[in-house]
This record gives sequence, structure tokens and C-alpha cells, in this order.
Amino acid sequence: MIWNDSRFRALLFQALALAGVIAFSIFLINNTLNNLERRGIATGFDFLGSTAGFGIITYLIDYSEESTYGRAFLVGLLNTLLVSVLGIILSTVIGLLVGLARLSSNWLLARLAALYVEMFRNVPLLLQLFFWYFAILLPLPSPRNAFQWGEIFFLNNRGIYGPKPIWESGFGVALWVLVIGVVAVVLMCRWARRRREATGRPFPTGPVSLVILVGFPLTAFVATGSPLSWKIPKLQGFNFAGGLVIIPEFIALLLALSVYTASFIAEIFRAGIQSVPAGQTEAAYSLGLKPGQTVRLIIVPQALRVIIPPLTSQYLNLTKNSSLAVAIAYPELVSVFMGTVLNQTGQAVEVIAITMAVYLGISLTISLLMNWYNRRIALVDR
Amino acid sequence: MRQIATLVISLVLSLCLGGGRAHGGSTLDGVKAKGFVRCGVHHPGLPGFSNPDDKGRWVGIDVDVCRALAAAIFGDAKKVKFRPVSAKERFTALQSGEIDVLSSNTTWTLIRDSALGLDFAGVIFYDGQGFMVRKNLKVKSALELSGASVCVITGTTTELNLGDYFRANKMKYSPVVFGNTDEAVAAYDAGRCDAFTTDRSGLAAVRIKLARSGDHLVLPEIISKEPLGPAVRHGDNRWGDVVRWTLNAMVTGEEKGVTSRNVDAMKAKSTDPQVRRLLGVEGDLGAKLELTNHWAYWLIKQVGNYGEVYARNVGPDTPLKLERGLNQLWNKGGLLYAPPMR
Repeated sequence: MIWNDSRFRALLFQALALAGVIAFSIFLINNTLNNLERRGIATGFDFLGSTAGFGIITYLIDYSEESTYGRAFLVGLLNTLLVSVLGIILSTVIGLLVGLARLSSNWLLARLAALYVEMFRNVPLLLQLFFWYFAILLPLPSPRNAFQWGEIFFLNNRGIYGPKPIWESGFGVALWVLVIGVVAVVLMCRWARRRREATGRPFPTGPVSLVILVGFPLTAFVATGSPLSWKIPKLQGFNFAGGLVIIPEFIALLLALSVYTASFIAEIFRAGIQSVPAGQTEAAYSLGLKPGQTVRLIIVPQALRVIIPPLTSQYLNLTKNSSLAVAIAYPELVSVFMGTVLNQTGQAVEVIAITMAVYLGISLTISLLMNWYNRRIALVDR
Repeated sequence: MRQIATLVISLVLSLCLGGGRAHGGSTLDGVKAKGFVRCGVHHPGLPGFSNPDDKGRWVGIDVDVCRALAAAIFGDAKKVKFRPVSAKERFTALQSGEIDVLSSNTTWTLIRDSALGLDFAGVIFYDGQGFMVRKNLKVKSALELSGASVCVITGTTTELNLGDYFRANKMKYSPVVFGNTDEAVAAYDAGRCDAFTTDRSGLAAVRIKLARSGDHLVLPEIISKEPLGPAVRHGDNRWGDVVRWTLNAMVTGEEKGVTSRNVDAMKAKSTDPQVRRLLGVEGDLGAKLELTNHWAYWLIKQVGNYGEVYARNVGPDTPLKLERGLNQLWNKGGLLYAPPMR
């Protein structure tokens, strides 16, 4: 009897469960649509094409009041990605430094690092956000009394102002030389490693990379007649105008996210490094490796296996925590889309569904990247 | 986060349960059966409109609308439960049946009346959006605000009006958009913005909260029409009628000089047929609304007429110090005009 085949039964039950889930989903969606229609509430995604009409303070792609809700969504999404990517980089750097400092044999440094971790790890993120914003950034002087450095950089309670680069025609040449240089350096490093593994002869990748990445593009830039000018911010009426501005809401959010997440990352790095037995270091030394080589070739590869999985979670947390920005007026996805757009269109189901899908998408992408990296560095059974 | 959680939960509940109330007939029957009105009011508190006082009791114009409703239905203004709803979640709370009526400083607009599945029962307060600036900026008109940073609260019609106004006058601005009034006010007070914008009644309320309220000035321009009033679910006409005529009864009460103090005397002695009909001495207006004939008597007795409610909450003798302006009776130069009660 086919019933007695355990594999068949397993498949059957899985198929039934799947069918049940699909049927339930269809029921939910249908029910939602029916009820929305019966109550005369508009449905559908057409609203993304209509004019938004509201302004956004900072955007990475062109945006004005005449733009559509769809465009506003993109602006919010890019702002979320910007703060998340920078936050991930900054928190990793701070976390690494603090983590190493905690392991330092210097008593004061180790205690200071421990103090950092305990302080920032144990205060709610929202409070830290308010602290950076209301206690550090907003008490800065007004635009008319701004701090300034050489008439170029200005700092006041409306943000940091600096010169804005204006690309002129011909700048693309230098940019292309740089892109080609990056590819060349990657290829060169691979080749150098293979040669070292095969023959044992080292190759000076450092200085050569420097020439390719900085020297060549700079030469191309000068050769094409320095096609770049700067627009200096000037005080006009109420505010500085004309230059590049980083609004205090962004700075506060970036600092709060980085400093908070770094306290967790520091502990992850410390745990990772301490998970490598001291015998490994001693063995490396007795093989004649220098301390730098020991760290790079022996300790870090083994520590990373412990570090990467929890680090992934921290990156995901940081990205999702960026939605707290709604409290301090940084126009990221939740603030722009689930705030303003949701309220103006009233299409809660669609807006929330899109927002959830976006966060899910970002998180899954980070997970995939980190898992791929984790597989690469995982201990290979030989 | 709490408000978003509520939003999602109310959404999910409403969708999963298929909206039991939508089948069960009028909200009026539901309210009578459960014995109280569940009324959505402004969160966070908005002085003069809906704000808990020092004893934790809700006070304000929006709150008094809810009490008047309870008085009209049950003869007891206390039979109301308040549910603070934020600007973001308020419409979902009403759509999903979590509240019976939304009385939360809400502007009556075409989209809300149509696409959001709401019906506005009337206007309790005629407002308009304005700007507040520091006096030391020496700005005398909103038209001088080009290039300014403007603090604004999200989830309202305010953002759109702001965009429209600057766009129409070809001026640049930086909108600094906060999720909550408290943070927006704190940021403005700290100098993050040159101007703060919201409805003028809101500006009056915000000014009280500022560290040195005398240093700030409300500019003369009114850049939008903001008729604020209670809303009910679309299609629930019987319930909508009750809310609409509760408002009208308050206005008619003032027009006819019926106050909470003299209402007993008026009921006993008045010979004016309109007053006699209003207070249920003659005719059966209450029955037409499926209420008792004492409905308007109760609501004026327990809550007061429009003028009393206005004076108590936002009038010149309150911290908000708002003149009647547009919110005066039609025969005194304002816009309040209740259709005839007969």
C-alpha cells in the first residue's frame, strides 16, 4: 500500500499544509478587499502615481511638491538605505575599536571600553536619539552665529554646511579611470595571492594599488583640466543656501544608531577574539609568524566564524531601528511613507504592506550577503 | 511604536473578523446596547480641544461633543469612554469600528469624506492654518518666509497646505516633519526652525507650552480652511444623523438663548415654539432621531450650548484666548448656522 510509504505520507501532509496556507491567504485577501469595498474605502496602488504635494527636507534623487507619491516612497527608501549603510560601517568601526580596547592590557583603556559598552547598551535607543538631537545638536548656535572653518564649513543648529561639488563635463574620464583601477586592483590582489601561494614570493600590492587608485585618476583629472568646481554655502535670509547640507536629524540618527549598535558589536568582536585559544597564538609565534601576521592569518579568520552570525543580527537591528527617525523628523521610509503618504491617501493596507515588504526585502538582502560571507569564511573540513 | 502597533492590530482585527458591526445595522443600536459611546479623541492631548486636566478628566471642545452625544442618547453625559487616537491611526480606528465617533480636531476634506469611508457630521470649529515665528526675526508676513525652515507635524492636512502655500508663492522652504507635537514644539523652541505651522487654534495651544511665549508672534496670514468636526463611518446614516443634530442642537441652543443654567426655566415657561420643540415640550423631534424627546434638553442641561462650550474651553477667558471669529453665530457675523429644527 502506498499509505505505508513514509515518504509519500510526508509529502502528502506537506502538500496539504501548503494548500491550507494558500487557501487561508486567499480567504484573508478576499475578505479584506470585500470589506474595504463595502465600507467605501479606496483600494489599489493607483495612488502611487498621483501628485504628492508635500515637501521633503532632504533627498538623494530629485524631488519636489509636484512629484508623485511613488517618488516620495523612493526618497524615503533611499534615505533609509543611506542611514543604514553608513550606520553599519560606522558601528562596525567603533565596535571593532571598542572591542579591541576591552581586550587591551592597558587597565584604563579596557575599563573605559567596558564603561562605553555598559552605558550605551543599557539605555533605550529612543532616549539616546533624543539625547543626541535635543541635548547635543539643537543647542548649537543659530545660522547667524554659526561656527565656521575658513568660510567654507559651517556648523549650526540647522546642520553641517560644506562646499558642494559641481561636476563639469570631462569629469567622467577620471571617474572611469577610477572604476577601471578598482577592477585592476582586485584582479592584481588575486594574482598576487596565487603567486605567493605557488612560489612563496611576496608582491608589493599596497604601493601598487595606491598608484592605480589614486595616481592614475588624479593624473586623468588634471589632464582633463580639473573639471570640478565647488559651490560654497552662503548665509541668505534665514539659512545657509547653495552648499551641501547634512541636517541635524540625520547626524543625530546616525550617531545614535552607530553608538548604540557599536556597544553590542564590541562585545561580539571581543567574544570572537577570545574564542580563539591562546595556544593558536603561541603556535603561530613558534612557527615564526610576526604579531601582525598572527592576527591577520591565524586569529581573525578563526574569530570571524564566531563573529559573523551575531554581527548579521546587529546589522538587521540597526536597519530596522532606523525607523525610530520618525520621532526626530528625519524623512526616512516610515516617516515619509507610513506617516505623510498614509495619512494623505488613507490607504493603510497598501502602504503598510509595501513598507513591510521593503523592510523584509532589505533585511533578507543583508542576511543573504552575510550568509554568503559566512560560508566563505567558515571552517572547511579537510 | 505603540500607535503603529495599535494601527496594525486594529487593521488585522477588522479584516479577520470581517467587521461584525457592518452587518449589525446602525451604530446607534450598538451604542444603546452597550450603554456608552466610544469616542476617539486627540492623542497626544491638545489643550482646549481634548486634553486631560490635572485630575485626569478629559476636557475640551472635541470632548464636549462626545459628552453631548452621550447626554442626548442616554441622558447622562458621563456614559462615554474616551479612546485617544493619534493623527495616524484615527481613521483606521473609526473604519474598523474600534470607536463609534471620531472627535479629534479632524479637518473635513473631500478625500476623507469619500475615499476614506468617512462621513463628517458637521463643523464644531472653523479653523485655518497659520504660522508662528520668533519676534526677533522681524518677520511681519508669511510672504517673507522664503528660505525658512518650518517645523510641522505629520499625519495632518498641515503638510500639504504648507507645500501648496510656498509653491503658490514661489518660495523655498525646508519642512522639518515631526511625528509628535511635543517633539515638534521642543525643536522649534530650540531654534531648529524659523517658523512653526499648524492650525491657529493649535498655535495658540502650542504657544502656552513654549519657554517664553511672549517672544513669539502668530503671523496674520491664514493659509487654509480647516473646518474641524466629528466624523462617523460612511453609510451609517442614522448614527450620522444623531451626531449631526447633536451639533445643531448645541448651536440652536445658543441662538435661542437656552443655556445649561436657564434650560429648566425655559422648558417650563418658554412660549417660543422653536424652543418648545427643541426641548421636547412640543412635537417629537427626538423620536425622529430614534432618541427620547428629552435629548436636546439633556445635552444642553449637562454640557451646555455651543457658546458655553466655546467659552469654557477655548474662549477669551481661557489660556488659549481665542476670539469667536468665524465661530460666531450666523446672525452675529460668524459661520454657525444650524438648519431649522422642525
